[in-house]
Amino acid sequence: MIPVGPLELGISAFLVLLTGICAHLLRLGISRNIAIAAIRTVAQLLLIGLVLKALFASTNALFIGLLSLLMLAIAGREVLARQHRRLKGWWGYGIGTTSMFLSSFTVTILALQVIIAPDPWYTPQYAIPLLGMLLGNTMTGVSLGLDRLTEGAWERREVIEARLILGEDWNEAIGDIRRQSIRSGIMPIINSMAAAGVVSLPGMMTGQILAGASPVHAVNYQILIMFLISAGTLLGTMGAVWMGSRRLFDHRERLRLDRLQRP
Amino acid sequence: MTLLRIENLRPCIFKEALSFELENGESIGLSGPSGSGKSLLLRAIVDLDVHEGEVLLDGVPRTDFSASEWRHTVGMLPPESRWWKEFAGEHLHSPEAAPLDQLGLTPSILKQPVSELSSGERQRLSLARLIANNQPRVLLLDEPTANLDAVNTQRIEALVENYRRDTGAGVIWVSHDIDQLQRTSDRQYRVEAGELHTIDEALQ
Repeated sequence: MIPVGPLELGISAFLVLLTGICAHLLRLGISRNIAIAAIRTVAQLLLIGLVLKALFASTNALFIGLLSLLMLAIAGREVLARQHRRLKGWWGYGIGTTSMFLSSFTVTILALQVIIAPDPWYTPQYAIPLLGMLLGNTMTGVSLGLDRLTEGAWERREVIEARLILGEDWNEAIGDIRRQSIRSGIMPIINSMAAAGVVSLPGMMTGQILAGASPVHAVNYQILIMFLISAGTLLGTMGAVWMGSRRLFDHRERLRLDRLQRP
Repeated sequence: MTLLRIENLRPCIFKEALSFELENGESIGLSGPSGSGKSLLLRAIVDLDVHEGEVLLDGVPRTDFSASEWRHTVGMLPPESRWWKEFAGEHLHSPEAAPLDQLGLTPSILKQPVSELSSGERQRLSLARLIANNQPRVLLLDEPTANLDAVNTQRIEALVENYRRDTGAGVIWVSHDIDQLQRTSDRQYRVEAGELHTIDEALQ
């Protein structure tokens, strides 16, 4: 593989700088965001590069476990940050994080134990990137789903209450909104499955091909990963939206919008 | 016989807890300025908001009912009707049970999209929906004729009166119109700044 060094990175950074200058001149109000995101990319990736280097050298189960939990905690934070009206208290963080834990970790462990089966099963070269891809995509699904749920419940509170008044239980009264929320959460992964290979070459496959792997191997891996991601995203989104919708009602099935923070 | 007993009920803005009883087949009128808490009182009875106090139906505490059973039996008509399916008829469990004729509506209205109905038609349909779907033992009516002309107001009053007589249901009727409450209620209360005042018949 042709290595990329500081000079090559500098040229690509120059492109980002140009984008930032254009954004500033056009007064888009996002120059600062672009700068922070670019700096975060460099810092986070350099850091994870060092961590992975150390991890790959040792294959220490404890470190791998800790890094996995750290990734989960950060993904949970991102889910929370992307919600307009989040649940108050621990719930806002807990529901997203719990559902991502249940879905991403289950699917990753299943894939490592049964499908890919490296020895040991937690070999970090497989475990960490796989978990990373699952968490990254599930995070998108969960945050879109929860955001749509709380926003939908807020906007359609009178309809929900009208349905409760007519004797529907909480489950029926919020059923439509919950279905829409789950749909919008999993739409991105369905789109990327549908467009894979035709509109875009998925990143992991591209990476393997650049690294010199045969396209057929890379394609097989990519299909596997896409299926795992879609299963994980669907599970995580359904879990989060269901838990979130339950939390919007109390034991007497009253719609409790006071459990949402004001945006 | 007592149908609904309200014990120490205190909706959130109320200063004091209030207690009163509604007999079988009785109608109570509630009036009072906007924002005085009339709607909050109805919402508390039907159990939509968190509040203190207990409500009993035929002596059975509300907590012995599931939430949906309770709201099914103690039916509330909110001031604005809400619809979530495209056609009016899709909201009715059995369209033939809806008292459309008495409300001046024809069955063809059920095949129309809700968005094409006038606010008055929706208002009347929502009462038909409540009665047909739930056959409530208690009717809590929050400004049920606010959008209606005199003819339709009279139709609603007659329908509620007939329903009350035929089924022995109790009614709590909220209105700004004192004359209407005199026509429709056996007793009246006035809600003011979160307090309930009995209106003495002799002073009227």
